[in-house]
Amino acid sequence: MSKAFLIKYGEIGIKGKNRHLFEDALVHQIKYALKPIDGTFQVTKEQGRIYIEALGECDQEEVIGRLQCVFGIVGICPVEIREDQGFEQLVQDVLSYLEARYASQSLTFKVHTRRARKDYPMPSMEVNAALGERILEAFPNMKVDVHNPQLMLQIEIRRKINIYSQTIPGPGGMPVGTNGKGMLLLSGGIDSPVAGYMIAKRGVKIDAVYFHAPPYTSERAKQKVIDLAKIIAKYAGPIYLKVVDFTAIQMYIYEKCPHDELTILMRRYMMRIAEHFAEETESLGLITGESIGQVASQTMHSLAATDDVCRFPVYRPLIGFDKIEIINISEKIGTYETSILPYEDCCTIFVAKHPVTKPSLKAIRRSELKLQEQIEEMVKTAIETTETIVVEAE
Amino acid sequence: MEAYFDNAATTKCSDAAKALMARVLCEDYGNPSSLHRKGMEGEAHLREAAARISKTLKSKPSEIVFTSGGTEANNLAIIGAALANRRSGMHLVTTRVEHPAVANPMKFLEEQGFSVTYLEVDRDGRISLEELEESLTPETILVSIMYVNNEIGAVEPIAEAGQIIKQRNPGVLFHVDAIQAYGKYKIYPQKLGIDFLSVSGHKIHGPKGIGFLYAREKTKLKPMLYGGGQQKGLRSGTENVPGIAALGQAAMEAYEDLAHKQEHLYQLKEAFVHGLAEEPWAHFNGRTGRDGAPHILSLSIDGVRSEVLLHALEDRQIYVSAGSACSSHKPAPSATLRAIQIPKEHLGSTIRISFCAENTLEEVEYCLSALKDIVPMLRKFTRH
Repeated sequence: MSKAFLIKYGEIGIKGKNRHLFEDALVHQIKYALKPIDGTFQVTKEQGRIYIEALGECDQEEVIGRLQCVFGIVGICPVEIREDQGFEQLVQDVLSYLEARYASQSLTFKVHTRRARKDYPMPSMEVNAALGERILEAFPNMKVDVHNPQLMLQIEIRRKINIYSQTIPGPGGMPVGTNGKGMLLLSGGIDSPVAGYMIAKRGVKIDAVYFHAPPYTSERAKQKVIDLAKIIAKYAGPIYLKVVDFTAIQMYIYEKCPHDELTILMRRYMMRIAEHFAEETESLGLITGESIGQVASQTMHSLAATDDVCRFPVYRPLIGFDKIEIINISEKIGTYETSILPYEDCCTIFVAKHPVTKPSLKAIRRSELKLQEQIEEMVKTAIETTETIVVEAE
Repeated sequence: MEAYFDNAATTKCSDAAKALMARVLCEDYGNPSSLHRKGMEGEAHLREAAARISKTLKSKPSEIVFTSGGTEANNLAIIGAALANRRSGMHLVTTRVEHPAVANPMKFLEEQGFSVTYLEVDRDGRISLEELEESLTPETILVSIMYVNNEIGAVEPIAEAGQIIKQRNPGVLFHVDAIQAYGKYKIYPQKLGIDFLSVSGHKIHGPKGIGFLYAREKTKLKPMLYGGGQQKGLRSGTENVPGIAALGQAAMEAYEDLAHKQEHLYQLKEAFVHGLAEEPWAHFNGRTGRDGAPHILSLSIDGVRSEVLLHALEDRQIYVSAGSACSSHKPAPSATLRAIQIPKEHLGSTIRISFCAENTLEEVEYCLSALKDIVPMLRKFTRH
């Protein structure tokens, strides 16, 4: 007895001639998702479905958990595989399958048989009828309902016989890699990992940039960001994380500019640097975790002042979300516990107690002029000294 | 240059302790409870370690209970003594400046119905002996006072306290958390009226995961762990023989040439204090002279967050601690710093520098010049 998983996918079924690209991307992501866990898996495309066969032992719960992180999957059907040893053995296999899962439940059911192997001695309809009869005999509580059954028992006759009846929901979305690439501004907070997750869900591959400010942020804060990237990588595949040393720029702005504008000015330079990397690595947009009004730097005015420096589109998937909604998603995707680790409070030195909430673009631009002397050189240095870490899912 | 000045958090394991540990792990690996020769070899290491340690304390080897470290030793002494002696009374005395490994067992006992008196300390972190005397009641069964404070290096008047307690009632048990004092001072529990004394291995160049409790003979303790009855039933569980052997070695080494090492530590400390005497931003907490511990300094710096300074120093291979390292994951202001009433703005701006005998004056000079370099720069960036 071995196990397999039948993967159902939704949106990608409708993509016409591009369909194989989407399917290939999905197969690729499934293989990536299963790589860290024990077991050998064979992933194949066939007849509008993806079929994962475990070669040898595997932990079904673990496999399903991993597959639930693969965007593009709508449903996961755990399949029991049995040797074909004649119809009577098939009846016994089916009865024990039902016994283990639905014993003594009063369910309506239907048997649906498909013969991939047409040389099977009985036609599908006959198999349905014969199996149905034996099931009714063995489980007096069950009734047949061919129109709207509670239990759809699927029998697939291939080289071996596949039995399945459950569909576990997948995450939906589209396979990562089918919609280009975006550059995520990843901090150690709650929002940005969620933003990355949401854009990845639409099939976008994610790169990330983190602005490190030693000694104001510690090595542990950096490790925390790497840990968050690892979690996102479970969904989005490996993440190329750029770690930018931002301290000098931060200090320079602090020295030269009005302190209530610090955050906006810093954000503008972060965007510029992120955009540089986006361009270099062929990303098509920037991704941030901002939501309107959450903090001073996320008012409409502040966002406009930040966007002023961007040529690339800035994707803000959380823009209309309340904090609690964002927290709910972060708990669901598993980033929350890491996000709330308290390692970065030292950076608050560079946050004014009363930052501007309605910055005027004119004033901000004027303040930036005060940085003319050295800022270009500093940005260049920051870019040149940036460290790239390839973060793989664990 | 590297300067590791976080020796109150942990120390590097000594070469001899490390070698002994490896030998026990690989060769004399028998379980002391086994009846065969291999078991005897393991047991021999226990005996040797207990003998070495008891020699430093002028105690009996049978009075040493090996534990997983200082925290367990404190728990065993405080909870074990309180539970074993509750019929004599339900009152305990301790101080406001104890390590959480003492303060939290006390809190636990309060939940169990004991009442606890917390002695206040002066600006230097020292208790008042009058207050101690007044706190003792006929209900008092246990007094727990630390020898050296882990955050500011204050040295409590242990000998006097022992005298007061035992004069009042010899039946009152006296526990001393000596985790920061053992190996820095000669401590003879019998003479000092101490019934229980906690020591940790990794603070004295031994390995982590091992420590001991000195428990004077004939004192009653309720064990924390139940099992095979090892260590006279006081601490069940197969003994950590490699750790114990290494602890014995480290304890012995700690007391070799003690006077000389003490002098060296004081010189480092004095050089450090002297080097910042002219800096208006530097404020030392507690006694900076020879009436404080030889190896711990607490330094508050105006207008600089301690973590920021810590990371800036780290960048130059200088390792210090922000407040007390054991609790630095929680940004809660330290109980000790609050108890000695340092200015509020210093609560988040205090670092601890702690030496070991292997540190050098050059390292101190290196750290001083780094501070004088870094601090004025960081002070420019304050939140307003």
